[in-house]
Amino acid sequence: MHDMIAMAATDLSWNPLDDLALLFHYEFMVHAFEAGTVVAVVAGAIGYFVVLRGSAFAAHALSHIGFAGATGAVVLALSPIVGLLAFTLGAGVAIGALGNRLRGRDVTIGIVLAWALGLGVLFISLYRGYATEAYALLFGQILGISTSDVVATSVAGVVTMAALAVAYRPLLFSSVDEDLASAKGVPVTVLSIVFMAILAVAVSEAVQVVGVLLIFALIVTPAAIAVRFSSRPPVAIGIGILLALAFTWFGLAIAFFSPHPVSFFITTLAFATYLVVRLMEALRPRLRARVS
Amino acid sequence: MNDRNAAIAASGLAAGYGSTAIWSQASFSIPAGSFTAILGPNGAGKSTLIKLILGLLHPIAGRLEVLGEAPTRGNPRIGYVPQGSAFDPELSIRGRDFVGLGIDGHRWGMRLMGRSQIATAADDAIRAVGAEAYADRQLGRLSGGEQQRLLLAQALVGQPSLLLMDEPLSHLDVRNQGAIVQLISQVARERNLTVLLIAHDVNPLLSHIDHVLYIAHGRLAMGKPAGIITSETLSTIYSAPVEVLRDRLGRVFVVGLEEEVSHPHA
Repeated sequence: MHDMIAMAATDLSWNPLDDLALLFHYEFMVHAFEAGTVVAVVAGAIGYFVVLRGSAFAAHALSHIGFAGATGAVVLALSPIVGLLAFTLGAGVAIGALGNRLRGRDVTIGIVLAWALGLGVLFISLYRGYATEAYALLFGQILGISTSDVVATSVAGVVTMAALAVAYRPLLFSSVDEDLASAKGVPVTVLSIVFMAILAVAVSEAVQVVGVLLIFALIVTPAAIAVRFSSRPPVAIGIGILLALAFTWFGLAIAFFSPHPVSFFITTLAFATYLVVRLMEALRPRLRARVS
Repeated sequence: MNDRNAAIAASGLAAGYGSTAIWSQASFSIPAGSFTAILGPNGAGKSTLIKLILGLLHPIAGRLEVLGEAPTRGNPRIGYVPQGSAFDPELSIRGRDFVGLGIDGHRWGMRLMGRSQIATAADDAIRAVGAEAYADRQLGRLSGGEQQRLLLAQALVGQPSLLLMDEPLSHLDVRNQGAIVQLISQVARERNLTVLLIAHDVNPLLSHIDHVLYIAHGRLAMGKPAGIITSETLSTIYSAPVEVLRDRLGRVFVVGLEEEVSHPHA
């Protein structure tokens, strides 16, 4: 991981064509862009529903619970992605079954999340070569993605986007008004479980790019910015996807020409954009008042 | 109970959760095209009746017919405005998109076909409730009255014949209550809708409703407003001292049914 970051620290020539050619010269960068693109599209799309349903904390918790699964899998000499998927899916289905309206849902999730992180710590201590593996899970390992990882990520990406497309209308309906959707025949509890399962897969994918600690930057931040620009669901989803893509691509490109980690640039781009948008919103009434 | 003109017909109906009845022995018939207010204290089972009609809950005894059939969940002939406080201010969806979900929100997949028909139907419903000016704004940022009009548009968009509204007036000020009741009454007349509306206060409704359905102390009672909202009638139905007071402006106050039912009639 550290080696790869060091390798990625290449000097910028300031000739855009040369720099672009250099960017895609290394196979690990091509893989990073491929996987990053798939993850950004999925994260941007599902993020809209996460924001609409007020499930940001659930998304955050899923990644942390997934951390216990991933470290556990490493201890058992399995691929961390297997443990990650198993734990996020299990937790996702459980959270979905709790329902959207249950009071104290976040408290319950938080309690499980804390315990899962504790488990993760135990698994790390049980596994000798813990530093690289744990570091990659916590902060992402996008520069270490293999061809088979890219294929697996793409397959998972297509499956999650297809599931989201199938669930689209009833999911939107039940996210806006669960009682009404239920009366109209929407199976709201099943849908809540299905949504959390889709989110679990999306989170597991995104962990590869930004790691469990930084999952918010790809799933929540782009969508949270997008809904400030449009309250038309398809448009907001589109903006969210474009923002997630922009953060990922620019984050990768900047990191390539700098000695610092990709995750830092992705999260910083996301945060800075959010900050600028909120500031503009806060200033807009004052500017308008000054003009008139 | 095979009254052809009845939109809703109940006989010996009992409702509850598990085996405990909230109310029982309810027999009534709501004529098609009429406007009925459902009144009664909190916890008496008003929303429970709506849930039975929507098919979200099954009766624990008796029979219920809705538009000539057994209640079925997701019946497209029913328009519904659920109980609830205002939408979350951050809820990022336009009023217009919300109204559109009233037509096909229960269908799987994305809206690929029939977009223009749905847009037209949503337009018509938005116009019918006079919400054109703010239908393209974010739903959560609208006032209570504006949200209530869009909820009504959503209920009307599928051309239902029965409209169920669970406390649509409770979060509105007096002026808005009057405007919404006027609107419901007018739309219902134009479209020959049967309306059932749960309310806390009968006064904004008095000049518009045909019937009152009282739910209290484990029993249901139905009648004309003038006939049922009297001290004598209510006291007899509920075998409890109920006082109906009228003030100088003709407003009605019912005293004696407010308490929570602690020992429901079995």
